[in-house]
Amino acid sequence: MTAAPDHAPTMTRASLFHRLGQAAPVLLVPILILAGFLAIGAPSSWLTLTVSGLAMGMMIFVMASGLTLVFGLMDVINFGHGAFISLGAFVGISVLLALSGWTEAPSLVLNLAAILLAIAAAMVLTGAVGWGFERVIVRPVYGAHLKQILVTVGGLIVVEQLIHVIWGPDEIFLNRPETLQGAITFAGAALEKYRILAVALGLAIFLAMRLVLRRTKIGLIVRAGVQNGQMVESLGYRLRLVFIGVFVAGSALAGLGGVMWGLYQGVITAGMGERMMILVFIVVIIGGLGSVEGAFIGALLVGLMQNYIAFLEPKLALVSNIGLMTAILMWRPQGMMPVVKAK
Amino acid sequence: MSDPVLELSGLHTDIAQYHILEGVDLSVPRGQVTMLLGRNGVGKTTTLRTIMGHWAAKSGTIRYDAQDITGWPTPARARAGIGFVPEDMGIFSDLTVEENMVLAAASGPLDPARLTRIFAAFPPLKTFWTAEAGNLSGGQKQMLSIARAMAEERILYLIDEPTKGLAPAIVSTMAGALRDLKAQGASILLVEQNFAVAKALGDHAAVMEGGRIVWTGPMAELAADTALQERLMGLNMEVQG
Amino acid sequence: MLVTLLSGDKPRSAILTVLLLGVLICLAGAPFLFPGVRSLETAATICIFILLVASYDLLLGYTGIVSFAHTMFFGLGAYGVALSATHLGRGWGALVVGSLSGAIAAALLALVIGLFSLRVRAIFFAMITLAVASAVAVLVSQLFNITGGEDGLTYRIPRELTPAFRMGELFGVRLNGRILNYYLVFICCFLLFLFLLRVVNSPFGRVLQAIRENDFRAEAIGYRVVWYRTAATCLSAAIAALAGSLYAIWLRYVGPDTTLSFEIMLDILLMVVIGGMGTMYGAVLGAVIFVLAQNYLQALMGVAASATEGVPILPLFLDPNRWLLWLGLLFILSVYFFPTGIVGRLRAGR
Repeated sequence: MTAAPDHAPTMTRASLFHRLGQAAPVLLVPILILAGFLAIGAPSSWLTLTVSGLAMGMMIFVMASGLTLVFGLMDVINFGHGAFISLGAFVGISVLLALSGWTEAPSLVLNLAAILLAIAAAMVLTGAVGWGFERVIVRPVYGAHLKQILVTVGGLIVVEQLIHVIWGPDEIFLNRPETLQGAITFAGAALEKYRILAVALGLAIFLAMRLVLRRTKIGLIVRAGVQNGQMVESLGYRLRLVFIGVFVAGSALAGLGGVMWGLYQGVITAGMGERMMILVFIVVIIGGLGSVEGAFIGALLVGLMQNYIAFLEPKLALVSNIGLMTAILMWRPQGMMPVVKAK
Repeated sequence: MSDPVLELSGLHTDIAQYHILEGVDLSVPRGQVTMLLGRNGVGKTTTLRTIMGHWAAKSGTIRYDAQDITGWPTPARARAGIGFVPEDMGIFSDLTVEENMVLAAASGPLDPARLTRIFAAFPPLKTFWTAEAGNLSGGQKQMLSIARAMAEERILYLIDEPTKGLAPAIVSTMAGALRDLKAQGASILLVEQNFAVAKALGDHAAVMEGGRIVWTGPMAELAADTALQERLMGLNMEVQG
Repeated sequence: MLVTLLSGDKPRSAILTVLLLGVLICLAGAPFLFPGVRSLETAATICIFILLVASYDLLLGYTGIVSFAHTMFFGLGAYGVALSATHLGRGWGALVVGSLSGAIAAALLALVIGLFSLRVRAIFFAMITLAVASAVAVLVSQLFNITGGEDGLTYRIPRELTPAFRMGELFGVRLNGRILNYYLVFICCFLLFLFLLRVVNSPFGRVLQAIRENDFRAEAIGYRVVWYRTAATCLSAAIAALAGSLYAIWLRYVGPDTTLSFEIMLDILLMVVIGGMGTMYGAVLGAVIFVLAQNYLQALMGVAASATEGVPILPLFLDPNRWLLWLGLLFILSVYFFPTGIVGRLRAGR
C-alpha cells in the first residue's frame, strides 16, 4: 500500500537533474551579459547597451508570448501575428498624436496617462481584430499546418494593406512624450528614460503572466492544455474557449508590443510587424514552442545579442541572431525549454 | 442489466483510412465493473476513446445515463459524469501533483473529504503533493491518473489498462482503489490485460475481436472456462497469481 | 515520345492540354508572335517564373514543406552570375561558373537549414527559412562593397547575348543578341521544367508524396523522412538558383528588390496556389496568369482609381499601390475555396 522503497531516491535524482536542465537556459542571460562586458570593455557603453538590449528583449517577449501559447495550445502557427504588432502601433500612435496636448506637457502624470490610453486603445482594438482573425482566418484551417501558414500569411498582407488604406502609404514619425525624452546618467552611462520604462513594463507583464499561469485555474488549464489538450477536455474543460481567449490576449499583447516598439523607434510603418516577426520567430523557436518562460529568456538573449553585436560589428546584428538560434538548436533541437508533450 | 448506464449500439469508428470499430454493441450495467477484454489491436482503446468523444463515431449511437451523447463534444461528456483514465495516463508532467488534482476538480474547489480518501488509497500522492508530476515513478503516475478521475463525483469511469507495467504491490493498490470506487456506487468500464486482476475485479466481461464484441457474460463464467479464454483471447492471456 | 518527355505525367484534361500547348507555342515563338521590347521582357519573366514556381512546387506541393527562403536561393543564383561576371570579366565561362557556384551554394545552404529544422519539426522550417532569408537580404544590402548594396550590380555579359549583336532579319523581325538571350532562357527553363517533371514522377517523387500524405507512415514503412525532405529542399534550392542565374543573365542587373525581396516570395506562393499545388503544370498557369496580371492589371487599377475619383473611400482601395491587398484576399480565398488551384479544377471537371 505504501510507496515502494525506490520511489524517494528516483524522485530526488530526477529532480536535481531536472533543475539543472531548467536552470541552464536562465544562466545564459547573465553569461551573455558577462560576455558582452568582456567584448565591449568600456563599462559605460556596456551598461547603455545592456539596458537597451533588455528593453528590446522585453518588447519582443511581449510580442512573442501570445504566439508561443497559441501554438502550444492548439498547434496553430500564426504567421499573421505581425499584423497585430503593426495595427497596435498605428492605433496607439494615433491616440498619442490626438492627445498631443497631454504628451507635450512637461507632466509625467499626463504623459503616462496618454501612454496608458494609447495602450488601452491599441490592446482593445488588436484584441478585437484578433478575435475576428481567429474566427475568419484561423478556424477553418485547424489541424492543417500548411494551409495555416499560407492563410495567415495572406491575413498578414491584407491587414498590412488595410493599414495603408486607413493611415496612408507613408511612415509616421512621432516624438516621445515630454518627460520620457532624454536620458538619465547612471555610473557614467547614459540610460534612456523610455528604455527603463520599457524594461519595467515588460518585466511587469512577464510577472503578471507568470502569476496568472501559475496561480489561477485558467492558467493551469492553459499550461495543461499546452501539454495534453485532449486530457484537459476529458476533464470537462472547453479548451476551444480557452484557446480563443488566449488568441485574443496574445493579439492584444502583440498590439501592446507594437505601441512600445513604435515609441522606442520613433517611427512606425505598416511593415514593422512583419519585420519584427523575424525576431519573434527566432525567440519562439529558441525558447521552445509553447513555453512562455523559454520565450522570455529567448527574447532577452536576442535583444542583448542584437545590441552588443550592433555596437561591435553593426553589419552582423541580424545575422548574429541566426547564429544564436543555430547554436541553441544544436544544443537543444527542440528549443531551450520545450514543453513536454504527453501525446 | 435493466438500467444500463452506458449502451453502445452499432458503433463504427474510423481513424484516418482505417476502420477500427466495426459495429460495437455493448451494455454497461450500473454500479458494476465491466471488463473489456481482448487481444491487442482489437479496438478496446478506440472504444473507450469513442465513448469519450476523442474520435467521432462514423455511425451508431452512444447512450449514456438515458441520453444520446453521440454528437456531444468531449468536455460535455466529462461534465455529464464520465471520468477517463487513458492508457498513457495523461498526466500533466510540468504541473505539480497538486495542480493536476486541482484541475481534475472541474466544477469547483477540491473536496477535502474526497482528498482524504484519495490520500488513504494512494499515500505517495500526499508525500509528493507539491512535486512536479513528471518526476513521479510510473506507479505513482498511475495512482495520480486514477486519483484525478476520483477528484469529483463520477457516474461512469472509463479506465484503460491501469496495471500495465506496474509492480505487483502497486497492482494490488490499484485493485483496492477500484474496488473502493465500485463500493461507492460508481460504474466502471475497465480495459485490462492482467487476467488475474480482471478475474478479481470484474462482474461482467465483454470480449472484443476485430472491432466487434464477440462474447459477453458474467466474468465468473469466463474465468471458469479456460477453453473459452483460449479461444477468445488466445496467447495474450496472462495467467498470474 | 511526347509522353516520355513529360515523364508520363499527362495534363489529364483537354482544356489544360490546350492551355499548356498555347503557353508553349506563345513562349517558343514570343519574339516573332509579339515583337517588341516589353513583350519580350514579359515572356522571359514568365519563363523564369515558371521554373522558379515549379521548383517551389516541388517543395510545397509535392513535399508539403513551406519555405520562405526560395527567393534567397533565387538570389544566390542571380548574385552568383553577377559576381562572377563582374570579377571574371565578360565571357561565357563566367556565366557557367557563376550559375554553377550559385546552384551549389544554394544546395549547401538548403542542406544546412534542412538538417537543422526538418529534423525536429516541419513547421520549424517555415519559421527558420523566414528568419534566415531576411537575414541574408539584410546582409546583401549591407555588404555593398561586394554586392552593390541596395543599388545592386550591373555587369557585362557576352556580346552575343546583347542587343548590339545583330544577325539579320527573320519574318520581318530583326534578329539580335537579345532574342538569342531569350532563347537561352526559354530553352534552359523548358529543359529544367521537364527535369522537374521527371523528378516528381520518379520513385523519389512518389516517396515525397507519400511523406506529404502521412509522414509517420512513410517513416514506419522505412523511408528516412528527414533525408527525403532535405534532399527535396536541396534540389528545389539548386533549381531556384539556376532560375536566378537565368534571370541575372537576362536582366544584366541584380539587386535586392528584383531577387531577394519578401514580395517576390509572396508572388511565388500566390502563383503556386492559384495554379495548383502539387501539379507542376500549375506552375505554368500560375506564373503566366500572375505575370500578365501584374504587368497589365495594375495599370487597369490605376484607370479604375481615377475613374472613381469622386466616390469616397473606393479610390483608396483601387490605388495601384494596393495591388497587394487584392492579391492577399485572392490568396486567402484560393486556399479556402480553391485549394487544388486551376489545374486541380480543370482535372476534376474533366
